[in-house]
Amino acid sequence: MPLPELLKELFSTWPLFQHMPLWFLSLGCILGLLFLFVFPFAGVAVYVERKIAGDIQARIGPNVVGPYGTLQWIADAIKLLFKEDIIPKEADKKLFILAPAVIFMSGSAAFAVIPFAEHLVLTNLNIGVFYLIAITSIVTMGIIVAGWASNNKWSLLGGLRSAAQIISFEIPVALCLMTACLVAGSLNLSEIIDAQATFRWGILHNPFMLIAAFIYYIGALAEVNRTPFDIPEAESELVSGYNTEYSGMRFAIFFLVEYAECFVISAIATTLFLGGWHFPFLDLSTASLALKMPLQIIFFMTKCIILILIMMWIRWTLPRYRVDQLMKLCWEVLVPFSFACFLGTAAWMVIFGGKGIPELIAGLLGFGS
Amino acid sequence: MAVGLSHFLMVSGLLFVLGIISMISRRNMIGVLLGIELIMNAAGLNFIAFSRYIAQDLSGHIFTLFILIIAASEAVVALAIVLRIYQNRATISVEAVGEMKC
Amino acid sequence: MKAYDVIFYLFALLTVLPAIFSAFHPNILYAALSLFISFFGVAGLYALLAADFVAAAQVLIYVGGILILLLFAVMLSKNIYGATFQEEKKKKIWPSLLGMLFLGVITKIAWTTHWSEALVDNLVQPTTARIGHQLLTDYLLPFELSSLLLLSAFIGAITLARSK
Repeated sequence: MPLPELLKELFSTWPLFQHMPLWFLSLGCILGLLFLFVFPFAGVAVYVERKIAGDIQARIGPNVVGPYGTLQWIADAIKLLFKEDIIPKEADKKLFILAPAVIFMSGSAAFAVIPFAEHLVLTNLNIGVFYLIAITSIVTMGIIVAGWASNNKWSLLGGLRSAAQIISFEIPVALCLMTACLVAGSLNLSEIIDAQATFRWGILHNPFMLIAAFIYYIGALAEVNRTPFDIPEAESELVSGYNTEYSGMRFAIFFLVEYAECFVISAIATTLFLGGWHFPFLDLSTASLALKMPLQIIFFMTKCIILILIMMWIRWTLPRYRVDQLMKLCWEVLVPFSFACFLGTAAWMVIFGGKGIPELIAGLLGFGS
Repeated sequence: MAVGLSHFLMVSGLLFVLGIISMISRRNMIGVLLGIELIMNAAGLNFIAFSRYIAQDLSGHIFTLFILIIAASEAVVALAIVLRIYQNRATISVEAVGEMKC
Repeated sequence: MKAYDVIFYLFALLTVLPAIFSAFHPNILYAALSLFISFFGVAGLYALLAADFVAAAQVLIYVGGILILLLFAVMLSKNIYGATFQEEKKKKIWPSLLGMLFLGVITKIAWTTHWSEALVDNLVQPTTARIGHQLLTDYLLPFELSSLLLLSAFIGAITLARSK
């Protein structure tokens, strides 16, 4: 049951909720998710990233605002909000304003199907994975438009590089997601998580799924333009790529969506490969809602945060790829391997009747089902 | 009146006509391609509408998926041709490439 | 059924207005970008017609693929504001008249034909599984042929676009 309907049912005795239409509740949930989770999350992620960068490079990092610099992100946000919003004279004004809006729309629309806990999902879409692939590919549109509207050679180059990169890496990413869907037998994210109950995680299902999970992670890193694939915004080559000319709030939107997207890809990886809200051998299906939901949120978020931390670790450790190396990596390594994973998983499903390694071992040892 | 099949057919008809106009009036090859995409969308919308209101099965959905496939391959090949012409002649106007020599 | 009608008109406007803009705007880049909105509207209409899978495929392929390729081509060719991209308004008159004629015929057909509408219930069911089943049974040959078509288009595009 999605969150708006659950809220309506839980609070059906309250007079305020009784006459509230469902779409109003949904709108409230969307705004709540954006303002209570996405924005603060992006802010905290920026702080954590700067701290980790400091540690890795043997610096201190932010340490002035608040204890250990923990209030730095609030200061950053306030600074960005109150900065002057400059639109370059030669820029294409309409498109310059439109581009961050498109990016923001695409970045936040992805949150509609992410299942944080069993009922904590905005909409239980039956084509959830497909929707995610489709909606995240729209970011490219915003990036291209941003690059072009800035009327700046570096921005345009960054935008075009990004388009080429995202379109190319979409193929291995989508194939790996399809592999995971093949194992779970559904495109609905909640059903996919249910299929991985307790210890039958997707990543452990068979050797091909393990490879697919890694290919997904690499491809998704490229899709959100993180180092080592950040050639669209390479500081040393392109100043700052497509967002060079942006300032103030609009620049903040690019920044925010970057971190929101990082969360989205980690959440997808968690959902499809790492068993979502399940913890091995801890069956919560009979627990009450009040006990179940916080535990599930904790498990889900822990997995996501670990993935995000790995992302930051990679960012501050590895150097950047060259454009030609990047394309070569995608088309000559990731795409063939993801096809092989897809076929291998399909063959495994036929040979072992859809049972994964954990189930086979459990069957041999004679416990669980 | 309640929205029925005719409403969807009107939207798709409008899309079709706009695609035709865009296709005929543009001198730019990419503009012509945009018109073709509009026409393909109109066809897809028709298929889905008929499949929902008359056929009551999924044949229209499958035809629309085939239309999407054909649109994708058509766009890819057409853009490759446009790129080639642009490299050779530095123009992508349909009038400038009257003869079939590159 | 009131909400359904409102949503239909919303999506219809979202589809048709950008399409008009796209057909008549002299700048090709703006035309391509307004198609972006129009295709979203079409995806919305698909969803309204209970075609959820096709709607997502529309967004994925048209908006995320074809249009970005088109924009890519537009931006890589120089002189976006030059002579080749700005066209005179005059050339639009005859095509528009022809279009009006076409539209008249289509409108007449759409409103006077007695369609045997068989829509009994408005039950919306997920279509993905059934589409997949049909693709691998009734439509297997076209499905395989379409994959062949995609492969040949792919190879053809690479051969054409590769510099000698």
